[in-house]
Amino acid sequence: MTQPVLDVRNLSTHFPTRRGVIKAVDDVSFQVGQREIVGLVGESGSGKSITGFSILGLVDPPGRVVSGSIRFQGEELTGLPQKAMRTIRGKRIAMIFQDPMMTLNPVLSVGTQMIETVLAHDNVSRAEARARSRDALGLVGIPSPDERLDAYPHQFSGGMRQRVAIAIALLHRPELIIADEPTTALDVTIQSQILFEIKRLANEFSMALIWISHDLGVVAALADRVMVMYAGKIVEAGPVDDVLARPAHPYTVGLMQAIPAAVPRGEPLKPIPGMAPSPLARPSGCAFRDRCDRATDICATPPALDLSEAREWRCFHPKEWRAA
Amino acid sequence: MSVFVIRRLMQSIAVLVVTALIVFLGVYAIGDPIEMLISHDASPAERAQVILSLGLDRPLWQQFFTFCWNALHGDLGRSFVFNKPTITLIFERLPATLELTLTGLVFALALGIPLGLISGLKPNSVTDEAIMTGSILGFSLPGFWQGMMLIMIFSVWLGWLPSTGRGEMGSFLGIHSSLFTLDGLKHLILPAINLSLFKLSLVIRLTRTGVRETMPLDFVKFARAKGISERRIVFVHVLKNILIPLITVIGMELGSMLAFAVVTETIFAWPGIGKLLIDSIMRLDRPVVVAYLLVIVSLFILINFAVDILYSLIDPRVRLGDQS
Ligand SMILES: Nc1ncnc2c1ncn2[C@@H]1O[C@H](COP(=O)(O)OP(=O)(O)OP(=O)(O)O)[C@@H](O)[C@H]1O
Ligand code: SF4
Ligand SMILES: [Mg+2]
Repeated sequence: MTQPVLDVRNLSTHFPTRRGVIKAVDDVSFQVGQREIVGLVGESGSGKSITGFSILGLVDPPGRVVSGSIRFQGEELTGLPQKAMRTIRGKRIAMIFQDPMMTLNPVLSVGTQMIETVLAHDNVSRAEARARSRDALGLVGIPSPDERLDAYPHQFSGGMRQRVAIAIALLHRPELIIADEPTTALDVTIQSQILFEIKRLANEFSMALIWISHDLGVVAALADRVMVMYAGKIVEAGPVDDVLARPAHPYTVGLMQAIPAAVPRGEPLKPIPGMAPSPLARPSGCAFRDRCDRATDICATPPALDLSEAREWRCFHPKEWRAA
Repeated sequence: MSVFVIRRLMQSIAVLVVTALIVFLGVYAIGDPIEMLISHDASPAERAQVILSLGLDRPLWQQFFTFCWNALHGDLGRSFVFNKPTITLIFERLPATLELTLTGLVFALALGIPLGLISGLKPNSVTDEAIMTGSILGFSLPGFWQGMMLIMIFSVWLGWLPSTGRGEMGSFLGIHSSLFTLDGLKHLILPAINLSLFKLSLVIRLTRTGVRETMPLDFVKFARAKGISERRIVFVHVLKNILIPLITVIGMELGSMLAFAVVTETIFAWPGIGKLLIDSIMRLDRPVVVAYLLVIVSLFILINFAVDILYSLIDPRVRLGDQS
């Protein structure tokens, strides 16, 4: 088997606070293969973004990666000094953020923000950096890219700004892109355009992609594999089609019943009852316990990881798989 | 851009006219202009002549017109004491005040921005606490007391620096200033520090707050994710955003510095317009006071205008005229 682009093992990222330790990411392991598109799904606060930031070493203090290993193309990233980390960020692993209104600096021109990204990693002339920036803008479908380089973020619409962010991420043809809900803030038509565009580009440049979203529907349309995250843990993972056809974990089932498109016509949408637990007061054992309709006494102890072929889950009473 | 400039210019002129009206009403309509503008020891013939030349026997609106007409021609009356046009008197003294104010401002910025950055980047560290404590002192100790302490320490006890007067003047590129001789510089240091301590504290706090507010923003994190160096993030991405509030406040404060120069100039016997004002008030030289008010207001307006232009250069979102 070829080496995965990214190999995360037992990653834990904690935020010490006055009221206790927030385990934003709690013993998470996963791999991303070459050219693979992986969707990371979960409710707000489940730890998706922090997982992404942990990989790039961008967790804001006081938070930090407390344990685990992150191997990127075989190279260990945890414990790497900032300087070495900086040569990877933006160059070999790029990230796109959720809110395109906030990710670009309002007082610097788009050109400045692109050119600096080229110059941060490559020793080329300004003119060459500008030419590369222009080409990247053209690549993501921004009309008259040369003029647009001199424009400022407020002169772009939300969708166009997100395209700019994607162009910046593509400047160095990274091996891995982490996209943190890049379409959530956009309206639906723009959302599908950008989804399509990213899928095309990832394919064209043979990039691996981690797509973070709270929307299982979006991930279904895009990803090869899906990982479902709940309360800092990955509770289910597997090939998208397989997971959607036969979800094992009750939380995944709940997520699916909350997608309008996945529920047959006439049947009511069933939102998952209750609220995500406060990260400071998660139930012992399975954190989903108090919202789960299959829970029994044994769920008060932590469920171990179960594996079956390409699938994995953490649940004592998985759906279907028990019967199968 | 030019639309913007023209609009601001019109607004400035409007403000100037309103100010002229207020000063005019204050002197001519509410007070007794004969009392205000004619010296007590003037002979009856002189009185009659001034009344005629100022048109004090004519209706109020005509008087205002004459007042504005004269002011436009640089005629703001004659000083009783010096028997010179007041405007000449003020322009003789203005350079000394500007020199003092600008030196104070440069000092406040050159020291305040770096200290504010240090504080803001390491909040609640020992350095930050020390800087913040210092700035509280700068805020809360009255300016005249600070001035006297400076004189006591550096002139009286240590004998390092002179405490009164402007010192020797030098000339460079046709500009006469005490900045160009060692003696002049020595005389300038204490009053400039005195005048700038309050502003220094203000700049430190503004910068610190700006850093603290800007650092957690998404675009800073995005810049890090692009692999931009921390230095460039602070000095380009963050600082340029902070400059916007800083320039706004400094612009307003520059006006108040000109006005507060009165106190400093009195303490250090600095021969500027502030001292001229105090001397004129003491000697009941009212035309000088009137002229001072008009000149100061004009300077305020000029500064505001300059700030607006600067503002639009730094903040692309302000350039209203350049899109549609
Ligand atoms: N700076 C911080 N200080 C303390 N706790 C934090 C901080 N940042 C994140 N957390 C905690 O980490 C947990 C995971 O946050 P994260 O941003 O990864 O969620 P998410 O899954 O990306 O949610 P969303 O869909 O809202 O983006 C949250 O419970 C949050 O409370
Ligand atoms: S372990 Fe128990 S509580 Fe948790 S999801 Fe499975 S059945 Fe529900
Ligand atoms: Mg998030």
